[in-house]
Amino acid sequence: MGTAIAFYILAALILTGGVLVITAKSAVHSVVWLVGTIIAIAALYVVQHAEFLAVIQVLVYAGGIVVLYLFVVMLVNLKRPAEAIVHPQRRERTGLLLGGALLAQFAAVAFYAFNSPQVGTAATYSARGNVEAVARALYVEYLVPFEVASVLLLVAMVGAIVLARRDA
Amino acid sequence: MPTLNHFLVLSGLLFAIGTAGVFLRRNLITILLSIEIMLNAVNLTFVAVGRHLGTVDGQIITFFVMTVAAAEAAVGLAIVIQLFRLRESLNPDAFTSLKW
Repeated sequence: MGTAIAFYILAALILTGGVLVITAKSAVHSVVWLVGTIIAIAALYVVQHAEFLAVIQVLVYAGGIVVLYLFVVMLVNLKRPAEAIVHPQRRERTGLLLGGALLAQFAAVAFYAFNSPQVGTAATYSARGNVEAVARALYVEYLVPFEVASVLLLVAMVGAIVLARRDA
Repeated sequence: MPTLNHFLVLSGLLFAIGTAGVFLRRNLITILLSIEIMLNAVNLTFVAVGRHLGTVDGQIITFFVMTVAAAEAAVGLAIVIQLFRLRESLNPDAFTSLKW
């Protein structure tokens, strides 16, 4: 019962935050709403017994990526609002239609899923949290992808520095 | 007790919100933020399905998605800064020509 209440409250927070991110006029407001959404998602990870992932979500997303966005928003000072000019060939209605079509597809799948027999969720988690299980999987089973990910981060770092140089 | 379907519906809705943001906004930074929302929706799916199957593999994939999201944010924002220096604009419609 407590899990259900937590789920519905967090789901409401996540969806409201998401809608506010894409509707906010100023980019700073969008970024701040994104922080709220990300923290609500981290809380939902705790509900699902992914405690370590929740901590990493707050540290990496809310503490790292979002701060990077905020830096860029502050760095570019626009003389006029970014969305002041509308390109004559822009098709807003088509975009809305495509978003609606995607939503309709999801709704169809969800309708099908809720009408098929429900399967219970496996409850194989320990009371001590899941750091140990995650570490074992990450450093034993998924060691090669883990190292490839670190190379990817290095390449991205070099690429970002090269791209953002003033004399490039 | 929320089942797997509840989580999948939530992440589907979140993904649709992100898609609508990419389609409808005309600010490069807001479009990148919408992409972050979509990535988070996918992460939610991975965690929910992983928990449903009783393994931590879904969480491991989520770590890799976060890595890619960080790389994407760094490179994408570097490109945004460079585009802003070029045209003094963040509107994607200002960058429709391949040659200038």
